[in-house]
This record gives sequence, structure tokens and C-alpha cells, in this order.
Amino acid sequence: MEPNAVQLSGAEILVQALIDEGVQYVFGYPGGSVLHIYDALFKQDQVKHILVRHEQGATHAADGYARATGKCGVCLVTSGPGATNAVTGIATAYMDSIPLVCITGQVPTPVIGSDAFQEVDTVGITRPCVKHNFLVKDVRHLATTLRKAFYIATTGRPGPVVVDIPKDVTDPNIKIPYAYPRDLRMRSYHPTEKGHLGQIKKALELMLQAKRPILYTGGGVVMGEGSAQLTELVRLSGFPITSTLMGLGAYPMTDPQFLGMLGMHGTYEANMAMHETDVLIAIGARFDDRVTGKIEQFCPHAKVVHIDVDPSSISKNVRVDVPVVGQVASVLTELLRLWKEQAPAPTGTTRPLADWWEKIDAWRRVDCLSYDRTSAKIKPQFAVETLYQVTGGDLYLTSDVGQHQMFAAQFYPFDKPRRWINSGGLGTMGFGLPAAMGVQIAFPEAAVACISGDASILMCIQEMATCKQYNLPIKVILLNNGYMGMVRQWQEFFYGSRYSHSYVDALPDFVKLAESFGHVGMRVERPGDLAAAMQEAFAMKDRFVFLDVVVDPTENVYPMIAAGKGHHEMHLAPSLSERELA
Amino acid sequence: MRHIIAVLLENEAGALSRVAGLFSARGYNIESLTVAPTDDPTLSRMTLVTTGNEEIVEQIKKQLNKLIDTVKLLDLTEGPHIEREMMMIKVRAEGENREELKRLTEIFRAKIIDVTDVSYVVELTGASKKLDAFIDAVPQGLIVEVVRSGPTGIARGEKGLTL
Ligand SMILES: Cc1cc2nc3c(=O)[nH]c(=O)nc-3n(C[C@H](O)[C@H](O)[C@H](O)COP(=O)(O)OP(=O)(O)OC[C@H]3O[C@@H](n4cnc5c(N)ncnc54)[C@H](O)[C@@H]3O)c2cc1C
Ligand SMILES: Cc1ncc(C[n+]2csc(CCOP(=O)(O)OP(=O)(O)O)c2C)c(N)n1
Ligand SMILES: [Mg+2]
Repeated sequence: MEPNAVQLSGAEILVQALIDEGVQYVFGYPGGSVLHIYDALFKQDQVKHILVRHEQGATHAADGYARATGKCGVCLVTSGPGATNAVTGIATAYMDSIPLVCITGQVPTPVIGSDAFQEVDTVGITRPCVKHNFLVKDVRHLATTLRKAFYIATTGRPGPVVVDIPKDVTDPNIKIPYAYPRDLRMRSYHPTEKGHLGQIKKALELMLQAKRPILYTGGGVVMGEGSAQLTELVRLSGFPITSTLMGLGAYPMTDPQFLGMLGMHGTYEANMAMHETDVLIAIGARFDDRVTGKIEQFCPHAKVVHIDVDPSSISKNVRVDVPVVGQVASVLTELLRLWKEQAPAPTGTTRPLADWWEKIDAWRRVDCLSYDRTSAKIKPQFAVETLYQVTGGDLYLTSDVGQHQMFAAQFYPFDKPRRWINSGGLGTMGFGLPAAMGVQIAFPEAAVACISGDASILMCIQEMATCKQYNLPIKVILLNNGYMGMVRQWQEFFYGSRYSHSYVDALPDFVKLAESFGHVGMRVERPGDLAAAMQEAFAMKDRFVFLDVVVDPTENVYPMIAAGKGHHEMHLAPSLSERELA
Repeated sequence: MRHIIAVLLENEAGALSRVAGLFSARGYNIESLTVAPTDDPTLSRMTLVTTGNEEIVEQIKKQLNKLIDTVKLLDLTEGPHIEREMMMIKVRAEGENREELKRLTEIFRAKIIDVTDVSYVVELTGASKKLDAFIDAVPQGLIVEVVRSGPTGIARGEKGLTL
């Protein structure tokens, strides 16, 4: 420590550490245990605090901010109920590997364990849903702990880190010298950067011999900033590519080599190609059960290459033949270099892998996403297509959870990473609106929309007040089917159409609701009015607009692989399954 | 298959509960777990015994390694190693049983470390199987209490599991 270091209190150290980390925004909600911190925040203007209306909103907003920017999201909540309210958001970030630092107030150290007012064991409660957590019992450890928290959250496989700080540790009257520990070394944590060269060579060998290869990419490409390398690899190889829900946009979805999303609600061509592939190259994807379907029938003919930064993702659900542990960008850069050295660029007029592409094209002709375009009701698919046209594809789109989420993934082709922001792993209803706040705060000039359902939107509806306070011109596109559509769909398919509690009785008047928060509300009921309404909404560049779109209540998401089935056992839309499939 | 895994952990509050939580959250078997600080007071050494097929044990090791508090991990089962467990067993020792138990203690090279008119406490260290055998050899009905430490282990040879 330098002899003339500044003297700061714990609360000031926290704020200064955030500044030193380059943190611009903290999403939070005050309470007794964090009042010293709020006082320190009040006395400076470098870190901006965004006041949410529920701690779940704070975590999702910080999460949305992180997903859109790649930076670490930060939230600040009080002890007890503040911390428990934050748990859903922390678990959401954990399941999708999102870098988040969540600072929670705690009761003073002398009373920890005494069932003090607003005491919960935050470290204990959050342990299973964080990358790591800390309880800071001594102000002298605060700066280093915060440095560790940011380092752990943002490196390797990212994830949320909770820092629990007892009130006495932030005491304004106890000042100690402050210096931010910039070069931190941890003997117990060494995330891998570069892949093993021998393994990359083995992967390349398999790829060059493949007759029916497919790239299966996921959220790791988005988080690992691997889009450029991935795009080059797809072009160079001529391989088809499919993506998980979390990886959408890492490769341009409008490109002909992209087969659409795979998995439970993936396209026919993507899933059939998975079933028939001989070399599967998984990149930054974790073989989730929504993707694999029945494990015994997953890619039955394939040798599997898996590039992932987390060794525990590899061979967790599916046995991998060539594992490569490393950062996606670094591994792909190396793979590209070797490819160019070894393989001659394709010459002549023959398309590489012509037979394979012919098969894929035949699957494509099934046109598995077709729907009734003549309907007098607004089809949810049509609503998403219209949103795409109106926004010209230039949009940050957050989503809630349900059918609307799947329709958005299927019908809004993202050409850039970090544009599609949704809760995949935990599937948290209520995520969309607060996440959109984080995105809009990061990019005040950008068009930001939240696609939602009539059930989901009510789970964090209070955040409309936050949007008012900070003038966030988000557009909520509510696909209002009057049902928990995704639940209704399962009940229709698997429970004899017994719609047990999936009907959202007594919905509010969303237009009036939006207006009561000081926003613009609009309702559309006819397909012919939709484009104009959306244009009008997006033209209001400085207003939050809630667009209540009344959609066909009985529409289902197709294709669908039922739980426990293989990729080749998809349900197609009824109109299609009547046709004989190739 | 049974695996005995040694882990060097940061000697931090909560490190042990992270390990215990990992096993319960992921449904892994845990047969025993022992932990104590090492000669370096900032490090704890944990020994755990688990069972599962090769894939599961591989995942267990990866998940343990992934814990931020894990500094180093060694699957002792992968090489020649020594395992020891310590047991203290309290037995009813009256009448002719007193002699019988004393003989048993000698045969097993155990030690009697507490004596009353009616009881012994016997201390025995060795491979877990030897401890089992001792328990089996005590005549029916005489065991009052059994305390076992759970196995700890160390690899044979010159290399150590150190930083
Ligand atoms: C209603 C609903 C329906 C769904 N239906 C589908 C569906 O049909 N299809 C579908 O795909 N998903 C679907 N999901 C989402 C699904 O639950 C999973 O969240 C998703 O499939 C996981 O995506 P991922 O494999 O890309 O993994 P992520 O959760 O994005 O994990 C990323 C992986 O990349 C690794 N990684 C991270 N950073 C890096 C880096 N820098 N370098 C290398 N590796 C890195 C991580 O270790 C991890 O293994 C659905 C979700 C919901 C809520
Ligand atoms: C917090 C939470 N509770 C319950 C669920 C289970 N769930 C998944 S989708 C869904 C219905 C969503 O309905 P809505 O928001 O109207 O969307 P729709 O499917 O109708 O488009 C429910 C209840 C969930 N994902 N998250
Ligand atoms: Mg609905």
C-alpha cells in the first residue's frame, strides 16, 4: 500500500472499486443494510444508479445489460427480502452463463446467525446458483474481494458472483487506505484460454473427412465474441450450421448456410441434419435436453467434436470424441489457420458437399414453419414477421418465456450477436421487460423491444414505472392469446385438452395499464392494422409504447419434438404432417 | 467403481459446504469425506470416497475442479496409493469378554485407550476393510459406539500433491 493512499470507508471503497472496474450502471433497490452504500452513491456521479421497482427487476436488467454489451452487469440489493427477491434473477444468469456481480447487504457481523432483522443466509441460499460467492467480514478484504468477483464473473465460463457485505463493513466512520488490486492472481482459478493444438488438429482432420458435417453452435459463441471466426469458418468450409436458442445471431440467420434453430422447436432441416450427420462440430453449446431430445437417439451416426471453455460441459450429456477446451474465438482462429494451411480452397464449380446439401434442400422444401397466412385472426407468427419487416431486422429484442419466445426465435432472423436476449436455461417468465431496460440503458439510441405474453408480462409489470422514471422508450410487443399458451399447448397434446389453470382469467386492460404508468398503450386486433400500428409505435422514438396484439388463442408452436423423442420424430403442423414427407 | 479423491482447497469459510452442496445438488454418491488444514494453514486437504461409473466419476472430478476454492485435485485410485482410516470403538468389556477383547485388540494391532470396569475404548488405524473386519470380530452385542474418521489417502512415491 502506498503511504499516501486515500482513506476510504467500506461504502466508499465499494463505490470506488466500481469506478475502477469501469462500471457505469448499477441496478438496485435500497434497504437498511445498504444505506451506507446508498449514501456513498449519493455523493458521487460517476456510477449511475438505476432504481428498479423489484429486486428481480434489478437482476434481470443487469443481466440484459450484460447480454447486450458483453460487459459485467452489476446489481445492488439489501439483505433478507432484497436478497431473496434477487435469487430468481441470479439463477437466470447462472443457467445462461451471464457475467453478473450482485452486491447484497447483510446484517452487521456481530449479529450474523442470530436471526436478526432481515437476516437470511444469502451465501447459503445462492450457493447452488452462482459461479462463486463471498461474505466479506472485514473491510480490509473488500477491495480484493470485489476485484476477484469481477474477475471470476467475466472470465472463463462467465457467471454471476454474489458479494454479501455486512452493514458494519461499510461503516462510514471506519476509513482505511484504498488501492485497487489491478493485477490479481488466484492460485485456485485459471480459466483456459487457448485450445490444445493436438486436439484442434484432430478436430480439423475429422472435419476434412466429413461427408455430412454440421456445425451446432450456442451461447458460448455469443459470449466469447466468436462470431467473426465462426462466420469465416462456415464460409471456408461450406458446412451447414444450426444454432441453439442461445446462439441465435452469432452467425447471420438470413444466410442460406444457416438451417435455423435446432431442438425441441427447431426446424425440420436442422433436426434431420443432426440425425444424419457423420461429424458434429459443437461450439460453445452444452447439449441441453431441449436440444438433444432422447440421448440414445442423438446424432446416431456422428463423431463429435466439442469446443467449450468449460471442461465439465464436455461429455456431460453426450460422449465427445474430440474435446477441445478453450475460448471459442482463440480455438476457431487456430482452427482457421490450420485449415488454410492444410486444405486447398475449394476450386472449380462443384459445390462442396453437394450430396449433403441436396438432402438438406429436400428437407427445407417441407417448409416446416409455414402457417395459415389467410387467417382473419392475427397469427403470432405473422406478428413476429411484421415486427421484422417494420424494424428492418435492426432491433434488440428481449423476450419472456412461452410460445411467443419460440415464435420470435423462429421468425425473427437476427444477423448479429447480442441482439436476441432471452432466458433459455431457467426459462424465467418476467425476464423480458427488465432485461429490455438494461439493453436500452446501454444503448439509448437503439430500437429495443420486448416480446411478451399475457401471463409473462404480469410477472415484472411494475418495471413500467422504472421505464417512466428513466424515459426508456422500449416497445412491448404483447402477443396476447389469453392463455399461458405454452402450457395450453402441452395440455392439448399430452393431457387430453384438459386446460387446467392455463387460462389467464381477468386480464387487465393493458392499454389503460400502460397509460396509468404514463406510457402509450395501443391495441391491435386485425392483421391488416398490425404493420401500421407497429410503425406508429416505433416512430415514437422517445416514448415507451405497450402494443397489445390480440393473436389467435389456439395457435401452437411447430415443429415440436416431444420430450424423450429423437430428432427425426418431430411433430409438424397438422397441415404439413398430412403431406407425405420425403 | 469406488474412487478415493484428494483435493487441496482454499481454507476459506464455506469451502466444505460448496463440496457438500455440489454432491447433493448433482445427486452424486458420497461415501465419506474428511477434511483438515494442512501444514500450510491457508490450505485444507479433503479426501472423499465416491462411487459411480467412469463417466460419472469423470464429471465429479470436473465439477470439483470447477469450484473456485479448489486448488488441486488428484484421483488417488489412478495410481498406487496408501489409504488409512482411524476408528475408535467403545465396547462392553465385562467378565470373560474382557480377555477376549484384549486378545482381539492385539491380533489387530489396535490399542486400548480408555478403560473402565465395564468398558474399553479401542483405537485402530488401517485400511477401511481392516476396520470392518475388527467390527465383525467383536462378539455380538458388545459394541456400544463406533466412530470412524473416513479414509484418507496419499499417493506412493516421491511426488506430492502440493502447490
Ligand atoms: C420454452 C423454451 C423452449 C426452448 N426450446 C429450445 C429449442 O427448441 N432449442 C434450443 O436450442 N433451445 C431451446 N430452449 C433453450 C434451452 O433450454 C437451453 O437454454 C439452450 O438450448 C442452451 O443453449 P446452449 O447450448 O447454447 O448453451 P448456453 O447456456 O448458452 O451455454 C453456453 C456453453 O458455451 C460455453 N461457453 C461459454 N463461453 C464460452 C467461450 N467464451 N468459449 C467457449 N465456450 C464457451 C459454456 O461453457 C456452455 O457450455 C428453450 C427454452 C425455453 C424456455
Ligand atoms: C416464473 C415461471 N413460472 C412458470 C413457468 C412455466 N411456464 C412456461 S411458459 C408459461 C406460459 C407463458 O404464458 P404467456 O406469457 O402468456 O406466453 P405464451 O406461451 O402464451 O406466448 C408458463 C406458465 C415459467 N417458465 N416461469
Ligand atoms: Mg399467452
